[in-house]
Amino acid sequence: MTPRTLYRRILDAHVVRPLGAPGDPGGQVLLYVDRQVLNEYTSPQAFAALHAAGRAVWRPQASIAVVDHVNPTTPERSARTMAIADAGRARQVRTLADNCARHGIELYDMLDARQGIEHVVASEQGLVLPGMVIAAGDSHTTTHGAMGALGFGIGSSEIEHLLATQTLVYRPMRTMRVDVRARLGFGVTAKDLVLALIGRIGADGASGHVVEFTGAAITALGVEARLTLCNMSVEAAARGAIVAPDDTLFQYLHGRPRVPAGALWDAALAAWRGLRSDDGAAFDAEVALDASSIVPMVTWGTSPDQGVPVDGAVPDPAAERDAARRRDMARALEYMGLAPGQPLEGLPVTHAFIGSCTNGRLDDLRDAARVLRGRRVAPGVRALVVPGSTRVRAQAEAEGIGQVFRDAGFEWRQAGCSMCVAMNDDHLDPGDRCASSTNRNFEGRQGPGARTHLMSPAMVAAAAVRGAITDVRHLLAR
Amino acid sequence: MEPFRSFTGVAAALPQANVDTDQIMPKQFLRGVDREGLGAGFLHDMRFAAPGRPRPEFVLNRAPWDRAGVLVTGPNFGCGSSREHAVWGLRQLGLRCVIGTGFGGIFADNCARNGVPAIVLPAGEVARLMALAADPGRCGMTVDLQSQSVTSHGDGRAVRFEFDPLRRRMLLEGLDAVGLTLGHAEDIRRFEARHLQAQPWLA
Repeated sequence: MTPRTLYRRILDAHVVRPLGAPGDPGGQVLLYVDRQVLNEYTSPQAFAALHAAGRAVWRPQASIAVVDHVNPTTPERSARTMAIADAGRARQVRTLADNCARHGIELYDMLDARQGIEHVVASEQGLVLPGMVIAAGDSHTTTHGAMGALGFGIGSSEIEHLLATQTLVYRPMRTMRVDVRARLGFGVTAKDLVLALIGRIGADGASGHVVEFTGAAITALGVEARLTLCNMSVEAAARGAIVAPDDTLFQYLHGRPRVPAGALWDAALAAWRGLRSDDGAAFDAEVALDASSIVPMVTWGTSPDQGVPVDGAVPDPAAERDAARRRDMARALEYMGLAPGQPLEGLPVTHAFIGSCTNGRLDDLRDAARVLRGRRVAPGVRALVVPGSTRVRAQAEAEGIGQVFRDAGFEWRQAGCSMCVAMNDDHLDPGDRCASSTNRNFEGRQGPGARTHLMSPAMVAAAAVRGAITDVRHLLAR
Repeated sequence: MEPFRSFTGVAAALPQANVDTDQIMPKQFLRGVDREGLGAGFLHDMRFAAPGRPRPEFVLNRAPWDRAGVLVTGPNFGCGSSREHAVWGLRQLGLRCVIGTGFGGIFADNCARNGVPAIVLPAGEVARLMALAADPGRCGMTVDLQSQSVTSHGDGRAVRFEFDPLRRRMLLEGLDAVGLTLGHAEDIRRFEARHLQAQPWLA
């Protein structure tokens, strides 16, 4: 048998039947999906279409629903603080609850102890297991590849299809191996690695591909760092991003609420240990990176591929030979209020935001707290930390990290997507400049006219205390 | 689904790269539980300086492109968020198809589920169509999914495009994907039983 990539093996194990022409290996297949996660803003239209057609939900226990995009993240959490003033958003939350009740789908509602950002909650609750296929109406579903699973985002029509049939009509993707040798250096994180990767291959560099990350630098990463890496691979247009399961992952999984226990765990573990690309498996594309050459990264523009090392400068559009790219760069600089050649380090910020499905996990908060201990947020900077889940928040409180943030002058808030996507009341105003641990520096992403600089949580903490973009390595004791 | 066979009309050029779905459908239009009223939101901040105040210089606000049915886009149009609202708004504004060198993957899938073919052509062809679309006297085009061709009236040329055969048939006939798949319900049931038996930890 031809050696297969891990992606192909997971895919093959989920093909109900081919749908393309006979003998066409690239043709569409009917793909069985093990689990889907539903949220309040992309699922209502799917349920409405399902109801209009008089169809049932195929397998209600395959769905889990979470409120994360529109819920308030006020520092206090109660029925009163979680009341949503905006009538439309309040209706989205109500509609999700109604749909879940009607179809017997489990919901982590706003006051549930398991509530949080769907891509944080899913792994934390053990809802994603190695070898699974998982889809959700959110592009950052690629996150789950860190669990040795295939995760990808879909639109509402596909959610409807999934609810009704537990399958998707799916076209197999091409494969890309990203091999990262050596080790990340002092003060350098998975966020810097993925920003460097996106900068290298471009915002469409992995278009039509599922990425598998390999190499010593990846094996050395903890599971939460891998989640960051796979999460942001979608910003290079990847349709999936996988890390082969290993002992680091198995230790992470063991004992989580929805992970099998006892004899079932032993059986699962035996199967999971075999989940890897076959020796000699061919990838359609190969990228090689040296982790030791990567330094803390910061974006200067309005696309995640517009990033530079923190000690770098804003590039000059005039040096770009391609006219279309030159125009896009100039537009980005105008939006960001930056000049060619301007150094990034020392650029003043008005806001610092730590959170999101990319960097809202416990390790991310620990990284930031290490910088903040004994320091204060600079005058004039509004700093927020929004844990990725209610459980992350509770764990951080138990470790004393919540207090570190509060002592430093950060707002210590409740869990949600918050200012990463600005679909609740948390948003920036025009001209605000934010050091942000999020995933998208798009125009208007954090609020109309707002300027976002993507970086790691530790780098955000450093920017918060200095009041300007700073190389976090200057603030860390070696 | 609304079928798409052939469309003849005005093409508009939007050469900017990486136009993400946050720009295509900004968050203030994501407050609904239905698919309605999204035409107003499509590329909102490019089209409007403020709500109800159009930017007269923006291509879709100028004749003849204010009645465009084809959008020729820069690379990676529709990247970012999975929000299908982007495609609903595009269609509600009157656009029927998009042409580019490549699209955001989820966006292209969403297009296929809403009667909007997302047509991929080589960079040279897209550049030629982009230049024609930017010329008010030469911006007429015919997109024919049956023959898989784009004919640009401005230079009288026709170019063939590749399109997934199943997706093409779904679009041509306006088929209901869920209904078709439920035709395989027995296969799904059999697969599911086997799958969950072999890996009981998934059940």
